[in-house]
Amino acid sequence: MDNLSLEVDRGEIFGFLGHNGAGKTTTVRLLNGVIEPTSGSMRVLGLDPQVDGPALRARTGVLTETPSMDERLTAWDNLSIYADLYGVPRSEVRKRINDLLDEFDLADRAKEKVGGYSKGMKQRLALARALLHKPELLFLDEATSGLDPIAAHHVNELIERMARGENRTVFMCTHNLVEAQKLCDRVAVLEHGRLVALGTPAELTRQYVRRLDVEIEVDEAQIPATLGVLRSLPELVLGEPAQPNGALAVTIDRRESIPEVLACLVQNHIRVYRISPQEANLEQVYFTLHEEKEGVR
Amino acid sequence: MNARAIFAVVRKDLKVVSQNKGVMLPIVLFPLILFVILPWLVVLLPNLINFAGVSPANVDKIQGLINRMPALQQELAKYENNQIFIVYFLVYMMAPFFLIAPLMVASVIAADSFAGEKERKTMEALLYTPTTDRELFVAKMLSGWVAALAVAFVGFVLYVVAANAAAWSQMQRIFFPTTMWLVMIAWVVPALPGLGLGVMVMVSARAQGFQDANQIGGMVILPIMLLVFGQAAGVMYFSVTLVFLLGLVIWLLDGLLIWLGSRSFRRGKLLGA
Repeated sequence: MDNLSLEVDRGEIFGFLGHNGAGKTTTVRLLNGVIEPTSGSMRVLGLDPQVDGPALRARTGVLTETPSMDERLTAWDNLSIYADLYGVPRSEVRKRINDLLDEFDLADRAKEKVGGYSKGMKQRLALARALLHKPELLFLDEATSGLDPIAAHHVNELIERMARGENRTVFMCTHNLVEAQKLCDRVAVLEHGRLVALGTPAELTRQYVRRLDVEIEVDEAQIPATLGVLRSLPELVLGEPAQPNGALAVTIDRRESIPEVLACLVQNHIRVYRISPQEANLEQVYFTLHEEKEGVR
Repeated sequence: MNARAIFAVVRKDLKVVSQNKGVMLPIVLFPLILFVILPWLVVLLPNLINFAGVSPANVDKIQGLINRMPALQQELAKYENNQIFIVYFLVYMMAPFFLIAPLMVASVIAADSFAGEKERKTMEALLYTPTTDRELFVAKMLSGWVAALAVAFVGFVLYVVAANAAAWSQMQRIFFPTTMWLVMIAWVVPALPGLGLGVMVMVSARAQGFQDANQIGGMVILPIMLLVFGQAAGVMYFSVTLVFLLGLVIWLLDGLLIWLGSRSFRRGKLLGA
């Protein structure tokens, strides 16, 4: 990690984006006092992870990148051992385990060894383990990796419920940019251990996405003429227009160029039925940042 | 210290080990062969075949060996000629072999508990729990210690029964355990797992897997093999004094290894690559 500085608010769903090896898992380890930083300071839930590691970890839950379950033990054994490790009151252990097994649809296979579970089931069980002690702050490292769409949707609903309904904080490391865009209040983008962007998804797209994909629908007979006009605007229209599903897909340099492009088409007697800019997303932010960094390197 | 968390780790480690055939097989087979089958072989084989180990020439050799150690000669003086061979093998020669069991069990369990867990990638979730480094260290040591002592004590009971039963026709009385063995069981055996565990804690931080750690850590039995050879060569024998001193040295080594291990034990070092 290199000069990473960020604050996360209580109740926030915070996305931590970056490619493999960018430093996401290392950050989670540092924030939980599992490894020591060479320099710098951290406060998590008001505690210093290096000094108050055990007290802090009692209030955080971590879903690690690999499910990290003891495969020779049953789901029930896995959860009951971690209930003891997290100090869940003995009188509540049974009920909490049963509730979580029900919540994650594992109740009927609770007495089976985890080694026989599918990847998605292991992931769900690992998530149940991370929630066992009702953490105030939840670190999720690729929470929906390996889950089918329905299970992933269920997990995303759970994340939203925890943050919006129960005011718990969720710090999610992910490669899934669509998920991050949908769920996260703010995201940070990490590149080689450095923070390269921080803000809400909307702020980041405004700030970083300069190109805009636009769909233009014109009279079918006028498509060749339209292509001619668009090709004559190389300073506004980037690359070669594509033609999927009858409409023309064009990349323009920025939002402000839309009226100019439209004016040119109208001046050339093109009948434009529809011109719709595609909303920029985190994926474009991510690739823009990555290209910039690679360009610098 | 959070006793509940410590026992949770011990429970987890022992449950995981008990489900692992690769680990359980040597833990069960080694004591079974050594403490149950071997006493019968030592006593019965000479009667069934012309066993080279007890041919008249070799009995003379053993007698010559014993004669080189007057104190041992004196201890064996109370036995009749046909009993000396049995007592020499079952009481003295077997003593250092017995010490291998708790050492081996502790090493195997520690290798599984540290390096094995790292290999299976189950360690990381454990490191995110509120346990302190010291609690984790104590728990991991305790798992190996408890299992090693359990195997040693069960093995000892089996050996007492097997040795007396096998030698009954020659001895006509319960001759075992002797004072030396009682000192060994009460004083040396409880110290031995610490040696294996202490070494394995250091090895496992660097080893990437169970086999890797087990092979390097397995070398901890070499000093015990020296005792076996030393006794076979007539250089020394397992007297009460020697056993007491041996225990003292092992306890001191335990203290040193545990002190070094607890000082260097950091949860971050237990993470896999």
